[in-house]
Amino acid sequence: MADRLYVSTRKGLLIYARDGQEWRHHATHFLGSPVSIVLPSADNQTIFCALNLGHFGAKLHRSTDGGATWTELEPPKYPKVETDDAAEKQKAPAVAQLWALAWAGPDKPNALWAGTTPGLFYSPDLGATWQLNEALWNMPERQRWFGGGTVDPALHAICVDPRNSSRVVVAVSCGGVTVTEDGGTSWRVAGQGLRAEFMPPDQQFDPVIQDVHMLAQSPSHPHIWWVQHHNGIFVCKNDLQSWDEVTTAPISHFGFPVAVHPKDGHTAWFVPAKKDEDRYPVDGKMVVNRTKDGGKTFETFRKGLPQENCFDLVYRHGLAVDETGDHLAMGSTTGGLWTSANGGEAWSLLTAHLAPIYAVRFS
Amino acid sequence: MSSGTIAPMPTVHFTSHLRHVAPPEPVTAAGATVAEVLADVFARHPAIRGYVLDDQDRIRVHIAVFVDGLHVRRDILAAPVAPGSEVYILQALSGG
Repeated sequence: MADRLYVSTRKGLLIYARDGQEWRHHATHFLGSPVSIVLPSADNQTIFCALNLGHFGAKLHRSTDGGATWTELEPPKYPKVETDDAAEKQKAPAVAQLWALAWAGPDKPNALWAGTTPGLFYSPDLGATWQLNEALWNMPERQRWFGGGTVDPALHAICVDPRNSSRVVVAVSCGGVTVTEDGGTSWRVAGQGLRAEFMPPDQQFDPVIQDVHMLAQSPSHPHIWWVQHHNGIFVCKNDLQSWDEVTTAPISHFGFPVAVHPKDGHTAWFVPAKKDEDRYPVDGKMVVNRTKDGGKTFETFRKGLPQENCFDLVYRHGLAVDETGDHLAMGSTTGGLWTSANGGEAWSLLTAHLAPIYAVRFS
Repeated sequence: MSSGTIAPMPTVHFTSHLRHVAPPEPVTAAGATVAEVLADVFARHPAIRGYVLDDQDRIRVHIAVFVDGLHVRRDILAAPVAPGSEVYILQALSGG
């Protein structure tokens, strides 16, 4: 059972430790610095912590002793573009943020992937060195990605297939879903059926420009995939051949995160919000939606969540489920942190006073 | 030199926000441009480099460079630095 809860906030990394059914504050690191994402190992000894220092760029730190000490690593960087053309030089890419970190698979224990703005990078050596995945970067469709809410497109989700670590699926806002079957040597678009209602009519089903807010693969039923999209929820039950729009979710189809039950691919959680220029809970009441039948029906849970004048928005990495499927954690833009011990049916406020929360993760 | 005098060198000051990677006191550095002066500092203090320059070795967008009291806004790295110049590497102001 997970005994750590990692909370990435605008003002530091907070780690909570399990105490029975409760969670207690255990440690704070990088106090004052925006923490964009964190990746712990299963034993919580190795921890990667990505910072997004506004003035000084994206940074990456690693601890190998559970957070007692940290080493700053050279973060992923794009190859330098050698040109005398000032305009070309100005346009050359630079990593603006580390959006996603993922272990590359149990057969590659020292390797990890990093998603940025929007390049995908690979490290074979626990983050000591990084290489841009040139195949994805040079894929012609990549030129049509665009930013959604941020200037640059964001590669924010990396799913390493539990059946085969050479199969990696990434999601980009706005760039849809893209898959490699060969460890990143070649890539193909895998977003047939996703629909972008904000695009001109003849481009709404273009899989390359879809604003996927979050992507999740079922660990137990790995042919089942879920997407919380800018304008809806989508499910894929045929292993990335096609997506179906789920229109049965109550309250709102807009939101950022999705979490999938670790033992049941038909069970998933969502946090609806008022779309899309407003971005706060519908009617100021915070709720969590859960489906247990693959999207046919949903239950809406409110117990323990604020039900008036609430402005807590949950970002794409702000909802997590542990490996039992019983415990969930949820962090908001206004610094609220909740946990649930019964599959999201009731929530307990851990604290209402953190800085804006970018990500929560159990380990 | 036969006279015993030492030619002045530019001095580089770093914002206190970089105190965990930058030298705590101003440092002298050789060079006739901002790029050359910074290269000399980075050779001795390599951890600062990625905080000041981006992936393409451009000055980061939210870094402000002052040379002898003037805010250098264009072609920052090519800006001339005289012997004895005072170079300040600061963060541009923004909200918390």
